[in-house]
Amino acid sequence: MTESATSPDDFAATAQDGAQKKGARQAPVLAADGRPLKASLNRALRAQKMRALMLIAPLLIFILVTFVAPIADMLFRSVENQIVSETFPRTVMSLEEWDTDGLPGEDTYAALTYDFVEAAERRLHTRVGSRLNYETTGMSSIFRKSGRDVGDVGEAYADQFIALDPAWEDPATWVTLLGSQDWLRDQAEWTADATEARSADMVFDISEPRFALATAPRVLLPETADAYRSFAQTIADVDQDSPTSEEPWNSVYLALYRDLMRTDAATIAAYDGPGRDLLVAADAAVDGFEAVDLQALYAEMDDGWVEMPIWETFEAFSDPYTAGYFLAAVDLQLTPDGIEAQPENQRVYILLFQRTIFMSLMIMGMCVLLGYPIAFLLSNLSMRASNLLLILVLLPFWTSLLVRTSAWKVLLQQEGVINDILVWIGLVADNDRLALINNQFGTIIAMTHILLPFMILPLYSVMKTIPPTYVRAAKSLGATNWTAFWRVYFPQSIPGIGAGCILVFILSIGYYITPELVGGRTGTFISNRIAFHISTSLNWGLAAALGSILLALVLALYWVYDRIVGIDNVKLG
Amino acid sequence: MKLKNLMMMTAVAGLAAPAAFADAHMADSVTFVSWGGAYQSSQINAYTDPYIAANPGVQVIWDESSSEAVARLRAMNEANNLTWDLVDVEAADAIRLCDEGLAMEVDHDEILAPAPDGTPASEDFGDMIVSDCFIPQIVFSTTFGYRTDMVPEGVAAPTSACDVFDVETYPGRRALNRNPIANMEWALICSGIAYEDVYDMLETEAGITMAFAMLDTIKENTVWWTSAAEAVQLLADGEVFMGSSYNGRLFAAIAEQNQPIGMAWDWQMLDLDGWIIPAGLPEDRLARVMDFLYFGTDTQRLADQAAYISYGPARASSAPLVGLHAELGIEMAPHMPTEPSNAANTFVNNYVWWADYRDDLDSRFQAWLAQ
Repeated sequence: MTESATSPDDFAATAQDGAQKKGARQAPVLAADGRPLKASLNRALRAQKMRALMLIAPLLIFILVTFVAPIADMLFRSVENQIVSETFPRTVMSLEEWDTDGLPGEDTYAALTYDFVEAAERRLHTRVGSRLNYETTGMSSIFRKSGRDVGDVGEAYADQFIALDPAWEDPATWVTLLGSQDWLRDQAEWTADATEARSADMVFDISEPRFALATAPRVLLPETADAYRSFAQTIADVDQDSPTSEEPWNSVYLALYRDLMRTDAATIAAYDGPGRDLLVAADAAVDGFEAVDLQALYAEMDDGWVEMPIWETFEAFSDPYTAGYFLAAVDLQLTPDGIEAQPENQRVYILLFQRTIFMSLMIMGMCVLLGYPIAFLLSNLSMRASNLLLILVLLPFWTSLLVRTSAWKVLLQQEGVINDILVWIGLVADNDRLALINNQFGTIIAMTHILLPFMILPLYSVMKTIPPTYVRAAKSLGATNWTAFWRVYFPQSIPGIGAGCILVFILSIGYYITPELVGGRTGTFISNRIAFHISTSLNWGLAAALGSILLALVLALYWVYDRIVGIDNVKLG
Repeated sequence: MKLKNLMMMTAVAGLAAPAAFADAHMADSVTFVSWGGAYQSSQINAYTDPYIAANPGVQVIWDESSSEAVARLRAMNEANNLTWDLVDVEAADAIRLCDEGLAMEVDHDEILAPAPDGTPASEDFGDMIVSDCFIPQIVFSTTFGYRTDMVPEGVAAPTSACDVFDVETYPGRRALNRNPIANMEWALICSGIAYEDVYDMLETEAGITMAFAMLDTIKENTVWWTSAAEAVQLLADGEVFMGSSYNGRLFAAIAEQNQPIGMAWDWQMLDLDGWIIPAGLPEDRLARVMDFLYFGTDTQRLADQAAYISYGPARASSAPLVGLHAELGIEMAPHMPTEPSNAANTFVNNYVWWADYRDDLDSRFQAWLAQ
């Protein structure tokens, strides 16, 4: 090889090489460092992209954390329903075997008792009541009322066991019968330490070891063991009480009665753990106990417990995820027979969605009608004059929203300026003044005013870019003023109308403050309803479902707009 | 196990002395929640201003969110970030918050001052303590005001809540609270249901239908308010002829602002209002709140409040101390809801019933209103 790169041989070789490459096609183009050019380019671009991503990372993370995540979390609430199965797990399990004709059996009422007593102690029952009340009106009061009395269920059995042997009243009996050896030992140590500390006048703030069940009774007396564990752990969590010093809840005696009734004497006799004699004696006596009808007890607390709706609702909403909120948001409900329409007197959401869209369209239309001439004027005046007028457009834009809305109240109310003028002119009788506020009319007027700048500004910036020569050319070719405007000027201003309409419509569909203040009963939007459910009724699931639907609606309308007008035709300037 | 416990014990014992000192330390800044307007001013004048004068350096921040207290407290509980220290709520809300474990249960005799004659607080407040979490302040009523200059000629001025449904005698628009409390009771009692039967009726479908039928007669003609100040403003502007509001707000418009408004006292809805302490306050803030409560709910303070607003003090021992309006110098007693001439027909709000049925009726009422 010669040193010269331009030798004829070399040149020929290169040309040949190139031809070969062309023929092969597959062979990659190499970069200077011998890597394929494509990969090399990708690498360089990736580094660039990474750098760009790093630069926007703070903003991206900020938006994800403060905007996307909360919204996603909120929207997720529209399907969440763990509260029922978490608070009433035994009842939900028991209802799985229920065949939905006729009331559930005693087993379900017993399961309900164990769940309810714990929930009432932990103060969770009212939340479940509120949750079920969203689906079937009347549930909340049943749960709240019963929460005060449910502790008495099983009292009759407690009395009978204690009458049989006062040892059943002694917390120690229960602890030795049901507690695991490990726990009993740890607990005894803890008690000793606590006593020692107290006698030495020292602060002792180590919490008591958490109660654990022994194995044998868990098999022998499953309901009792479960009910007692629920009791022991709940009192420790809620009141920092110890099972060693508290008599169990009445529901534990109910569980013991049910266990002993179910288990035959031989099985009990075969048990050889602590408290055997007590158990054998109780098992012998339990057949003679006066039985209590749980269903009747619940009927006494509230008739609702022996009627079908509560159990149907319980069953329908026991799953951890539900479509119930979304159904409610479109005036439907989930019943045992499938999806049905809500009763007539509860249907409001479809109406509100329709009203929201109708009024937003009205406001958008009004904004176009009022904003177009103003923008036209602004773009055709001299710079000085148009700047002055533009400030007049922007001035209300910079004024507080509340001030502007309140100003409309003063103007529009029955004793307000506009009515006064109309009466003074004689158009309206004094005793028959127009209702201009606290209705749809008021909302449309006030919101048109508030959103007008959002229409004028994009229109103005688009009109500014339309060369006046076009209209002049049209006129010189013989077009009338109207034809020149309609055929030449107007089509060029359409992107501005599009941008203004999208802005105004999307802003107004989610507007909240103004309709709340001037809308009265008939002029409020779906957003006011969402706010009501967030802050007053606390039905966050339904609020989330309504919000999701509203979001989907806006996206769908945006898509339709894109198909019809084309989003490329939107200009903000 | 034993060894570990002992080690921790000694460690804790070593800290015991400074910890005891820290217990006595009280937070310097607290957030109280109330209803705004004339009522909150009366609390500032009668309770917190004297308290701050006696404890310089303490800062009280007011939040006017009592109408949303239940929702906000539940949200704070979920977010595990409690920013309120003392919340003023109506009795029914106090019961609800207590049921849900969002308010702290208190021993009234232990934390509140006894009456000057030594009567323990629980006896001095008596029946007003409707829940273990509730520290009563005042008795108020929701009642009707009307425009004296808009009464039709030749007709006697309205005297009763039932006149609100009489659109023939008293034409003109109405203002009513945008929630079912009081409205449902008035609708039934004015439909001819006996006082004792009202709440029993409201538990039945027939009763609810009947109440809505009565409210339907004025539904179109009514402005539904969400804050009591709104109702008074509507009356002052002459926008409505008759409107319900809290008697203290109406009093402020009549006596302090000389508006042409009269009171229709019959079937006024008596209710209680008081403090609750949110459950789960940190120790230093709780200590400050307890210190304030002992001072701010004593006999003299409750009586002082009545000099600024016409609500009855919740302590029996405060009643004899109620005197003149702090600025106008007029006798306050005739403006109190409990004054015999005002209380000829009084409806006592069954807050326990409302605590149970609020959710049920709210959903019905809001749906009715939206349709």
